[in-house]
Amino acid sequence: MNDEDMIRVRLAVHRTNTNLSNGDHGMPRYYTPGEEVCSQPDFMRGHGTYMDDNDTLRASVAGVLEKVNKLISVKPLKARYQGEIGDVIVGRITELQQKRWKVDTNSKLDSALLLSSVNLPGGELRRRSAEDEQTMRRYLQEGDLICAEVQNVFADGSLSLHTRVLKYGKLSQGILLKVPPSLIKRKKVHFHNLLIGANLILGNNGYVWIGASIHNTDRTEGGFAQDLSRIPQQDREMCARLRNCILALARSNILLTDTSVIYAYDESTKYSANELLQPEAALDVALLTQQRLGERID
Amino acid sequence: MSGQDLVSDQGLRVDGRRANELRQIRVRMGVFGQSDGSAYLEQGNTKVLAAVYGPHQPRGGGRGGNRSGTGIINCQYSMAVFSFSAGERKKRPRGDRKTQETSLQLRRAIEAIVQVELYPRSQIDVFVEVLQSDGSDYCAAVNAATLALIDAGIPIKDYSVGCTATIASMGASEEVDSKDETGSGTGIVDANHMEECTGATTLTVVALPGAPGSNYESDTDNSGLVVVAQGTGARLHLSRLEGLRQRALQGCRDTRVILDQAVRFHLTTHDPHFI
Repeated sequence: MNDEDMIRVRLAVHRTNTNLSNGDHGMPRYYTPGEEVCSQPDFMRGHGTYMDDNDTLRASVAGVLEKVNKLISVKPLKARYQGEIGDVIVGRITELQQKRWKVDTNSKLDSALLLSSVNLPGGELRRRSAEDEQTMRRYLQEGDLICAEVQNVFADGSLSLHTRVLKYGKLSQGILLKVPPSLIKRKKVHFHNLLIGANLILGNNGYVWIGASIHNTDRTEGGFAQDLSRIPQQDREMCARLRNCILALARSNILLTDTSVIYAYDESTKYSANELLQPEAALDVALLTQQRLGERID
Repeated sequence: MSGQDLVSDQGLRVDGRRANELRQIRVRMGVFGQSDGSAYLEQGNTKVLAAVYGPHQPRGGGRGGNRSGTGIINCQYSMAVFSFSAGERKKRPRGDRKTQETSLQLRRAIEAIVQVELYPRSQIDVFVEVLQSDGSDYCAAVNAATLALIDAGIPIKDYSVGCTATIASMGASEEVDSKDETGSGTGIVDANHMEECTGATTLTVVALPGAPGSNYESDTDNSGLVVVAQGTGARLHLSRLEGLRQRALQGCRDTRVILDQAVRFHLTTHDPHFI
């Protein structure tokens, strides 16, 4: 049987443990729901906590304590994305409404992208007419992927987005990955043009975009033009490898930055792209990446 | 008097446990990649999977979405067709009377701990599947759903913990003999399938036991906030209810300790780290 056709099936008991930590790294104090955090009344209640009937502050999620002056909050390891103004996000259009698109951004409610907060073809100062409302689907339709910035957070926690900068807009060819938002490290830059010839967007909302083509498409038309030219086989393999590397890091709970992704990509070269799907290979890549990240600090 | 003795003269039950002993509980959290939170729980041979999706925007425009000021909790309890041990098969995993009612009670148990006011216009889906059924299925489902909610990072007030207590039924004329000396109640805790089938009375309790040392526990009379209570089986003399309730609540507290340990272990091994 050809090696490529081989199907690997394993029992659940033979699964690989992809956790790198065995729980002995400088253990922070963990809180679990219902646990008392503090009984003094002069503290402010932050996220992940609640006040019970006896004015005792208790944790409501499982995670680590964060204290900013008098504000106490407990941060869970994994949660839905909570937007902040200025975050870079990747999302998918789910619905078209009057003057707005609804975007799935992994948050509690769908975000809104207003027609007035996108760049339409024909320049910045164009007036938005009724005709534009009717042809909204020409620009973005259901299922399209976009990259945008959080412009505003509404009272109910839903987000309003904008794509008024040329780097934002519709995404064309590439791979979308979903990882827990807590794994994305908050940085100044979330767009990375990797030297290997891919562009990587690490969205704050946990959606990661691996774009295949590096030569930027013509952005003057408001970023709605898609480059649908054929991607060479070599580039496709590179994207697939990048995807598997990012998943390997995510599975081992290593924070994603351009550095960690590049390191993982470098370490993965001894495997073929499809071998990286096996848990042993993924764990090996994650371990080596963690080692290199450690060396860099020292 | 129906059924045989649940506890032998040596004080042991059919599977060798003491009256107040729980079955072994094994937990794994984060078993699914797609869901926001998930958990797998074994209580003896009762095996349950739970998955939580959300809070998210309600999909499927048929109902026009959720416009209310509070979130919706949507529960689905289903039993795998192969979940029975005796070789028989269920006709369908969900949709029959029993699973529908259990779904409803599961929702009660979850609504008691999730603050739905925090999620206007959104929805939380909880799916529980019983893979193998060996008694106390509903309790295992509640425990697994609680763990899945914790894994999803959804704020909850406390662990919602389910436990059963079973007592051999006797006629009302019979004297209430064994009012337990220790005050920890009467009856057997966490019944398995065989014990449930003896025709004895089973009390199912879902409680918020509170963290050890919290005010709930300080007064033993009213320990734990009971959320759902349900009795099945033969009739029970009222005087014996309190003892049974105490036993079930003690089981809830013991279970909570075990679940809490499991959550802490999960936290220590899954903390994102960046060296």
